[in-house]
Amino acid sequence: MWDIFYEQFVTKGGYKNVLLGLRNTLIIAIAGLAIGIIIGTLVAVLQVAGKRNIVAYVFSWVGTVYTSLFRGTPIIVQLLIFHYIIFASVEIDSLLEAVIVFGLNSGAYVSEIMRGGIMSVDIGQTEAGRTLGLSYATTMLKVVFPQAIKNVVPTLGNELIALTKDTSVASYVATMDLTNAFRLIASAKYEYIIPYLMLALFYLVIILIFTVLIRLVERRMRKSERR
Amino acid sequence: MKDVEKIVASTEGIPVDEEIVERRSRYDPVRPLDPEALIEVQDLTKQYGDLVVLDNISEVIRSGEKVAIIGPSGSGKSTFLRCLNVLEDPTSGNVFFEGNNLCNPHVDINVQRRRMGMVFQQFNLFNNMTVLKNITLAPVHIALHDLRREKMHNGWTKFCNLFRKKDKKQPLIPIQRDAKTIRADAAENAMRLLARIGLADKANVYPSTLSGGQRQRIAIVRALAMNPKVMLFDEPTSALDPEMVGEVLELIKELADEGMTMVIVTHEMGFAREVATRVFFMDGGKIREQGTPEQVFGAPQDDRLKEFLSKVL
Ligand SMILES: Nc1ncnc2c1ncn2[C@@H]1O[C@H](COP(=O)(O)OP(=O)(O)OP(=O)(O)O)[C@@H](O)[C@H]1O
Ligand SMILES: [Mg+2]
Repeated sequence: MWDIFYEQFVTKGGYKNVLLGLRNTLIIAIAGLAIGIIIGTLVAVLQVAGKRNIVAYVFSWVGTVYTSLFRGTPIIVQLLIFHYIIFASVEIDSLLEAVIVFGLNSGAYVSEIMRGGIMSVDIGQTEAGRTLGLSYATTMLKVVFPQAIKNVVPTLGNELIALTKDTSVASYVATMDLTNAFRLIASAKYEYIIPYLMLALFYLVIILIFTVLIRLVERRMRKSERR
Repeated sequence: MKDVEKIVASTEGIPVDEEIVERRSRYDPVRPLDPEALIEVQDLTKQYGDLVVLDNISEVIRSGEKVAIIGPSGSGKSTFLRCLNVLEDPTSGNVFFEGNNLCNPHVDINVQRRRMGMVFQQFNLFNNMTVLKNITLAPVHIALHDLRREKMHNGWTKFCNLFRKKDKKQPLIPIQRDAKTIRADAAENAMRLLARIGLADKANVYPSTLSGGQRQRIAIVRALAMNPKVMLFDEPTSALDPEMVGEVLELIKELADEGMTMVIVTHEMGFAREVATRVFFMDGGKIREQGTPEQVFGAPQDDRLKEFLSKVL
């Protein structure tokens, strides 16, 4: 059993795919979340500001449609649609494609997280900013956001973890991710046990590392308020 | 703002015309009726759905006055105060501050609010900033914003001057302070204010580590850092432990003695009596009675006021 794995992993160069897959998995998860945070924050702000005037109202409606679409369909379906329909006639790197789809997908979830975070900041904070003559945007940016972000770090951490695991479906559109790399090794000689257990271990370790990092960030943010 | 000023200027000296008063609707640039008013409220009505919280109130507050607003819970005191700086949008009516109609969408409300300090029952210090940053945030931000605008204006003037004849060149706006001095000045001013309330040593701590009385006094000097023309207080001592009420009232009284115009919603009748130059009694969305503290507390006319006073005194 081990010799077959060793042969596939080292001699046949399977490790190269694994390294590439590891890199791609991390890129999709982290870049996806980064895009998700940017989009999600924007959508959340539009929805919170939605009552202010007609332009904001229209944008907030667009945001609602976007969130429903991306939360209402499975990520695999989104990948397939982007791969075979939207990007069908465009030459595009499959990694970039995966990053875009995962970014859009996580943006829909992050927007809800951010909206909750913004709503959880006491309205008095906004009122205090506004009575000092700061504009709505400035108050949001300097006062409400920093507090909202702190409230949502744990939830965003969960999102990162979920996203990391979801990236395993990226192989459906021929992205060389971790799952794909190990599947190639396994299917070469129909020897599944070691490659797939190994695959599970890889994900587990990545997620444990993320968990520790998230804790650290959380603790740092909390400390800054008590001095 | 410009529109209003123009209209105010063009109609100065003309006696108040009943028709003009009739015709004014919310978004018309109407004019204040009392030229000496610091704040003038005209036909102010506020409704939440069917609930009429403020019922057609008209009132004038002049510079130097200290107005105390008393009344039972739910009578609309907070709503009235919050309408004075349009933190709450009036359903109808107008609020003028120094002649500018705050209900006119063309008036930059952010500019007007700089000169109206407000202090809340719940302090509302910014939790994510140190005490010093709490105080300097708005002055620094606004000064930097103005600086950027002046620089842009100067850049454009310089560019245009390239094409102008020598005698047609436009002058630049003199820029007195750079970003660094703006920050330093604001910090210095904040430290001076903190020293005044004896909290200079707390400049670099976060609000969560302070007592209620300390927080409220800092909230007051945060408002003072903007050099306001008027201070609006909404039950500034109601969320405080009894032993901290004194220190906050003391500070407010000091401000009053220095001549600050203030409107203060309070349940502290003794304080209202001592500090106020005029007392409003609100009930059911109306100012049912008003007068000097002696009149209101000593010789109340309104039955509701008598009933209210018999309960609280
Ligand atoms: N956002 C709102 N939506 C609906 N009703 C409101 C809202 N804000 C205030 N009200 C109602 O308006 C009325 C007046 O409220 P307001 O806060 O002005 O009273 P108050 O005189 O300040 O009372 P208190 O002494 O308890 O602070 C109350 O009946 C309250 O329920
Ligand atoms: Mg109130």
